[in-house]
Amino acid sequence: MLSYPQDRTCPYQPSPGYRELGRSGPLHKVRLWDGSTIWMVTGHAAGRRLLADPRLSADRSRPDFPVVLPRFEAPIFKPIAIIGFDPPVHDVHRRMLAPDFSLKHVREMRDEVVELTGRLVDDMLRKGPPAELVEDFALPIPSMVISQLLGVPYEDHVFFEEKTVGLLQAKDAAGAEAAGQALWDYLDELISAKERTPGGGEGVLGRLAGRIDDRDLTREDLLRIALALLIGGHDTTSQMIALGVVTLLEHPDQLAAWRAAPPEALPAAVDELLRMVSVTDVSGVRVATEDIEIDGEVVRAGEGVLVSSSMTNRDPEVYEDPYTFDIHRAAGRGGAASGRQHLTFGFGIHQCLGQNLARMELEVAFSTLFDRIPGLRLATPAGELPARSGGTMQGVHRLPVEW
Amino acid sequence: MRLHADRESCISGGRCMATLPEVFDQDDEGIVVLLTPTPAPEHQAKARKAAYLCPARAIDITESPTPD
Ligand code: HEM
Ligand code: SF4
Repeated sequence: MLSYPQDRTCPYQPSPGYRELGRSGPLHKVRLWDGSTIWMVTGHAAGRRLLADPRLSADRSRPDFPVVLPRFEAPIFKPIAIIGFDPPVHDVHRRMLAPDFSLKHVREMRDEVVELTGRLVDDMLRKGPPAELVEDFALPIPSMVISQLLGVPYEDHVFFEEKTVGLLQAKDAAGAEAAGQALWDYLDELISAKERTPGGGEGVLGRLAGRIDDRDLTREDLLRIALALLIGGHDTTSQMIALGVVTLLEHPDQLAAWRAAPPEALPAAVDELLRMVSVTDVSGVRVATEDIEIDGEVVRAGEGVLVSSSMTNRDPEVYEDPYTFDIHRAAGRGGAASGRQHLTFGFGIHQCLGQNLARMELEVAFSTLFDRIPGLRLATPAGELPARSGGTMQGVHRLPVEW
Repeated sequence: MRLHADRESCISGGRCMATLPEVFDQDDEGIVVLLTPTPAPEHQAKARKAAYLCPARAIDITESPTPD
């Protein structure tokens, strides 16, 4: 039985072990670090069906919820807000946040993101090559955007970025808990300050601090929501920017096609990049609350399910030449089966709250970068980049570039 | 073709509006608003796609026996 997880050997393709597995059907049992087994879903249709099935629970506090990696044993992860709750609590909290993350609100934020991205490139050009693209570009964009949206002072970014990586990349539960606790204490103090401010103070957290009612939103709920949004808001997007740049630079024909594409073709191109990179590698983890029959298999009550985004995004039933990166996929090949139905943001009621924000940041980031620095190239060969290992969340520690 | 959008189950991801803004909108709370239940013939393929993409299965389509 394949053990899970397996490291990628290419920054933008799923690990060879998963590719092998995917050839033998849509559902597979794989073995986790603690010896337990979990269903890994590699088929697109099965993944969609399962993630939309109310018989699967996302409740991290259930004793039978699968612990995919040792760090997820940390108590801080057990009641993680929104993503780790089932209805009705999930729906109540998600609705409170929906206005701030809606397509319309995100479109209003775009000009500011264009400006801030331009300033980062100005700084890179002023300093001259080489540059370290994670620290100089990929991380500050989502980090500034989420801190402003939430009302978290960006001056504290080194602290919350470091602790987020500490939490998400910890080798064990104790490491994750320590980093998570530091973030918790920080947000606790910040929310207290907002509570003292008439009208709640700035950002989404300020708005919600004024809505704490001990029923739909307790103070602890808000702290958990703040933690989830701060973590969810910058690490995923920054690594998607970094790996997206690598993917484009490794496909000069596609980079040329990106440059030649009219603005209205860029959203589909961003979605094709999201499909290829599948930066979280996973669309969702759940536990079955009843027996579920699917594709000739039975997922028993109490068994864990993990839907692979990198593999469902390469299901040959849905995508022609699934391993090929083609930014015009939506217009041509596959027709209705365009790149946009990828499961990179998940599916079902937990589909990513920040997806519109992430898409906008990505489009602005790639366009600005390749527009302003047309000669950009990797200073380290793609295969030798210091990549994250042993986890689900993909990424590089550093991305040296020159021009 | 007749469309129905269930505002109760909508989770406001905006996939419908991104796919077919002529038919799907979002209110100030981010919840889906159907601009017309009977999309023009040239919009029907995209309406089907929006229903397919909707993560909350909030968009329902009743196909008419005769094309409308
Ligand atoms: C490229 C960037 C991103 C990727 C690939 C991504 C991926 C995902 C995935 C796969 C899920 C579903 C998890 C599941 O079903 O268990 C999810 C949920 C979520 N994401 Fe993202 N995300 C990204 C950016 C963001 C941003 C910018 C935010 C902003 C705060 C965010 C906040 C959330 C939240 C709150 C949820 C939980 C939603 C729910 O349970 O209803 N994400 N994300
Ligand atoms: S795609 Fe579905 S869930 Fe998303 S906004 Fe439209 S109706 Fe709501």
